[in-house]
Amino acid sequence: MQASPGSPLVELRKVSLAYGSGPSRMLALEDATLDIAKGEFIAVVGPSGCGKSTLMKLVTGLLPPTGGEVRVHGQPVKGPIRGVGMAFQAPTLMPWRTTRDNILLPLEVVEPHKRRFRRNKAEYIERVEKLLASVGLGGFGDKFPWQLSGGMQQRSSLCRALVHEPEILMLDEPFGALDAFTREELWGVMQALWLERRFTAVLVTHDLREAVYLADTVYVMSRRPGRIVKVSKIELPRPRTLETTFTAEFVDIVHDLRERIHMEHA
Amino acid sequence: MTETQRRLLLVAMPWLAMAGLLILWELACIVFDVPEILAPRPTRIFEVMVLRWDILLKYCLETLWTTAIGFVLAIGFGVLLGLAVGASPFVYSGLYPLLIAFNAVPKVAIVPILMIWLGVGALPAIITAFVISFFPIVVNVATGLATIEPEMRDVMRSLGASQWEILTKVGVPRAMPYLFASLKVAVTLAFIGSVISETVGGNRGIGFLMLSAGARNDSATTFAGLFAIAIMGVLMYAACALVERRMTRWAFRGEIVG
Ligand SMILES: Nc1ncnc2c1ncn2[C@@H]1O[C@H](COP(=O)(O)OP(=O)(O)O)[C@@H](O)[C@H]1O
Ligand SMILES: [Mg+2]
Repeated sequence: MQASPGSPLVELRKVSLAYGSGPSRMLALEDATLDIAKGEFIAVVGPSGCGKSTLMKLVTGLLPPTGGEVRVHGQPVKGPIRGVGMAFQAPTLMPWRTTRDNILLPLEVVEPHKRRFRRNKAEYIERVEKLLASVGLGGFGDKFPWQLSGGMQQRSSLCRALVHEPEILMLDEPFGALDAFTREELWGVMQALWLERRFTAVLVTHDLREAVYLADTVYVMSRRPGRIVKVSKIELPRPRTLETTFTAEFVDIVHDLRERIHMEHA
Repeated sequence: MTETQRRLLLVAMPWLAMAGLLILWELACIVFDVPEILAPRPTRIFEVMVLRWDILLKYCLETLWTTAIGFVLAIGFGVLLGLAVGASPFVYSGLYPLLIAFNAVPKVAIVPILMIWLGVGALPAIITAFVISFFPIVVNVATGLATIEPEMRDVMRSLGASQWEILTKVGVPRAMPYLFASLKVAVTLAFIGSVISETVGGNRGIGFLMLSAGARNDSATTFAGLFAIAIMGVLMYAACALVERRMTRWAFRGEIVG
């Protein structure tokens, strides 16, 4: 079945997920229903442990849902889907590879690059160098990850998630472990990359300002078992800047979201 | 103490400790008037080592060979088995208890059986060295594989990597430091294995030399053999440590530039 034009890229229909079985069975996500349009940037916010990472794994097919259905391109997801890039809170770079070789990894694994990799390595290396430069890491390709700062590692991790030009980018609190300055700087980097490439992005975060800065749509999740309790369209013009975050409009949106989340803790 | 002095002292410490021990031993022998047949003085042992170096060297080389062959077999077999155990939960649950049971058997006990099957000579020594040293290799390689970060696995799976690709691109490089760490332990065990075999019943190697010297009440030669084994053990350990640093610099975060 081919997706009809205008239909969403990713569809979640009443998706639930329970970890474990028997007495240790625990519902992590309940009846999540949401659509992600092609090229849309969504953010999922919610208290820690509410099932945000779980939701992400469901979308990418890393976990099969225990209930409901996940569709990508109109097709039910049955295993890890192709064309995804992922970045986590930990950079998960391979310490035995240089930064450049780390970023080359997806090209060694994903078709059609895999097939062309050996013969066109120079071309791919050039692509990596360009990407590195665009996130402000020009000239650091030869360094090993452990020779880079946390922020630089996270930039490299973003490069690795994007180098094969995935259709969907999954970001699981990628800036969560960074200091405030680096984090806000990387919001700008992230937005620039998205504006240039228009991939579909799912950002999981517990930072409301981050969500509002980056996303077109913010989904608020309840405490465990996670349900989607609020959907908020962010109509702020792009490119957003740090200045934007001080405007009344921005502050209001963040305030609304925070209210809703506080209700969860009441 | 300046930084240079500190460093010099650090390098000198092992030699100082060894010298101290030998001097203590020498003095104890003199003070308590210990007969040579019980415990020869270190100076006497070194004298024998110098006098009979050609014989010692010949027997040492025999032991070195059997140990090396057994050790190399252990690396090959241990790495393969370790990869299988670490990569497949089924192989793990099937073989791990067996491996533990096998490791619990005192290896001295199997030497006589090996002799019945294979007769005396190099073969039982090689096999004992192999059998005694492969276990830590298996365990370490399997541990390296089994402790791959789940996120790393997710990154690979979401890229559509096959199990084989995850194994070769993540598992194997990640298991390398574990492997090299185990080699240091395994090589000393391999020595123990071959010497045990030579001592229980053999016609070659340093173990046999010690056994026959002991039978002639020639304690000085027996102890000279003991020293020779210790020296070989330290050298092999050092060689493995050197290879380890060369091969897995990343695991030390570049701190040791060797
Ligand atoms: N592999 C797992 N096995 C069992 N429980 C899990 C597993 N992963 C997550 N959980 C549980 O599911 C809930 C949601 O987890 P997660 O999706 O990681 O939350 P979040 O990312 O929002 O912090 C948590 O309570 C967590 O303890
Ligand atoms: Mg999480």
